[in-house]
Amino acid sequence: MNWLIEFFTDPANWSGSSGIPVRLLEHLEFSAAALLLSVLIAVPLGLWVGHTGKGALFVVVSANAARALPTLGLLVLIVLLMGVGTTLPVLIPLVALAVPPILVNTYEGIRGVEHDLRDAAYGMGLRGGQVLLRVLVPVALPLILLGVRVAAIQVVATATVAAYVGLGGLGRYIIDGLATKDFPSTIGGAVLVALLALAVQLMFTLLGRMVVSPGVRPAVRERLKAG
Amino acid sequence: MAVVAGAAALGARSARSHVITFDGVTKRYADGTVAVNDLHLEIPTGEITVLVGPSGCGKTTSLRMVNRMIDASEGKILLDGVDVQTIDPPTLRRGIGYVIQQAGLFPHRKIVDNVATVPYLLGWDKRKARTRAMELLERVGLDAGLAERYPFQLSGGQQQRVGVARALAADPPVLLMDEPFSAVDPVVRADLQDELIRLQNELNKTIVFVTHDIDEAVKLGDRVAVLRVGGTLAQVDDPETMLARPADDFVREFLGGDRGIRRLSFVPADLPLRGDLTVPIDAEVSEAAGAAASSAVSWLAVVDGEGRPRGWVSTEGLPPAGKVADLRLLPYGTFEVNGGSLRSALDAALLAPSGCAIAVDADGKVAGVATREELARATAKVAADGAAQPAPAEQAAQSEQAVPAEGAGRG
Repeated sequence: MNWLIEFFTDPANWSGSSGIPVRLLEHLEFSAAALLLSVLIAVPLGLWVGHTGKGALFVVVSANAARALPTLGLLVLIVLLMGVGTTLPVLIPLVALAVPPILVNTYEGIRGVEHDLRDAAYGMGLRGGQVLLRVLVPVALPLILLGVRVAAIQVVATATVAAYVGLGGLGRYIIDGLATKDFPSTIGGAVLVALLALAVQLMFTLLGRMVVSPGVRPAVRERLKAG
Repeated sequence: MAVVAGAAALGARSARSHVITFDGVTKRYADGTVAVNDLHLEIPTGEITVLVGPSGCGKTTSLRMVNRMIDASEGKILLDGVDVQTIDPPTLRRGIGYVIQQAGLFPHRKIVDNVATVPYLLGWDKRKARTRAMELLERVGLDAGLAERYPFQLSGGQQQRVGVARALAADPPVLLMDEPFSAVDPVVRADLQDELIRLQNELNKTIVFVTHDIDEAVKLGDRVAVLRVGGTLAQVDDPETMLARPADDFVREFLGGDRGIRRLSFVPADLPLRGDLTVPIDAEVSEAAGAAASSAVSWLAVVDGEGRPRGWVSTEGLPPAGKVADLRLLPYGTFEVNGGSLRSALDAALLAPSGCAIAVDADGKVAGVATREELARATAKVAADGAAQPAPAEQAAQSEQAVPAEGAGRG
């Protein structure tokens, strides 16, 4: 506890290029870039596979295989291959980490929409794309958002590895702290990462309230049914 | 605009323009299964045609080929003279109402927006589409307060009504209904059926209705098409004719028992009524005895001050004095004098120890009494009409069914 107070009250930790604001921004930058890239890859692919049913087996198998990749190992490998200096070596393993949960949830979400609902949608005269965007996506949205949230939390927590290859982010406090036996720094960094993960969780909860229809929001359904 | 088009279609319907024709339609799947086999069927305008049969008879497949949810392998389906195969499916479907078993409402949309689905697709402006949706909710008997709710907040029966409203939203001349009421409980189902009949009386749509329930088919159908397993048509007729003269053993078996009695549902209770077999409840017992003696009957129907039936009294062993009101009133049954079926009259007679049925008008006031002799004569006539048709095997079955009614008349 004293270490924590020491870390957070040290004025040196609040300014300069290795201060908390700068590190936090760096951390958020990697994380946001990785997450955005993952969403851009995984959501369209998941929608397409879920809607057409084509390549479903491939997606599930490769997503599970990707989950088994050790992020740190991958990072070191990529750095050895590409060298340091850009953020790309960090983005690749983070994207590899974030794509599977988003892809699988998007695919399962679309696939899991009741058959009757598709049938009704086509029967009303909606075209394929309209069925996907006006019916399947809104209904599957809670599951898709859950995938993105899980990915986001993993990315935020794992972006600390950037520090291993000399890049910034909150990982620096942990890695550097360990290297120099500066335990207040290590602990402080870990707490910051945990708080950031919680903030991400909160942000996605609020996002869900904004974009998911009350008709398919599980919490609302439970409350209204009881009432 | 679509409303105007719908109104125009309504005018044209009297000329029998909107007819669905199945012309030698076959559906064969890749694995060789034949779901529908060389189906020839005409669906007349403004009527409910029910496709009925056991599972595997291709009734749903036939229905779904009309809006191209499934494409036929051979043959043609003509909608208003146009081969559906030449129409782009989404365009075709927007012009045909479609109701399915579990309603299939969009859970993320409010009820009003669910109903307005097709108007939105057709590009109506939002306010007009919503106004139309509200109109339809009222039309299918739903409270306007439900409009802003989500589907999960409604009961199964309410959801199914919304499903019907949604199908009607753009006022399509043709409605396809695929076992729409089979997932709700029997009481709600009966309500929904009555509601459909009422709606159809107002709207005169051309409805193709699929069910596996023959009672539902007989209740709703202006015409009933029975299909057998393997997708061939066994018989198509109006329900009364079908009950009277099933084409073969398969149809007879599928129609089930009580066929003779059920047929009476289609015969109007056109019975001579007697006005002298009633007695006011505040009359003296001696008046009742006098009335019974002059009519030579042993039962009188007791009527209260408002003209409503109260029960039967036996005029045998009447006490010498007192009021009719103090006598023991026995159970009775009634049927509507206008629009009631012979079946309902017979049922009313079977509820009463007198064996006679009390006829009431729409307000429930007694219009007269149908005696058991008249009931027996009417049922015997129905049996004779059925037997007059050239279906020898049927005659026997038909008169057998009619015997209990005759027996009741004699006894």
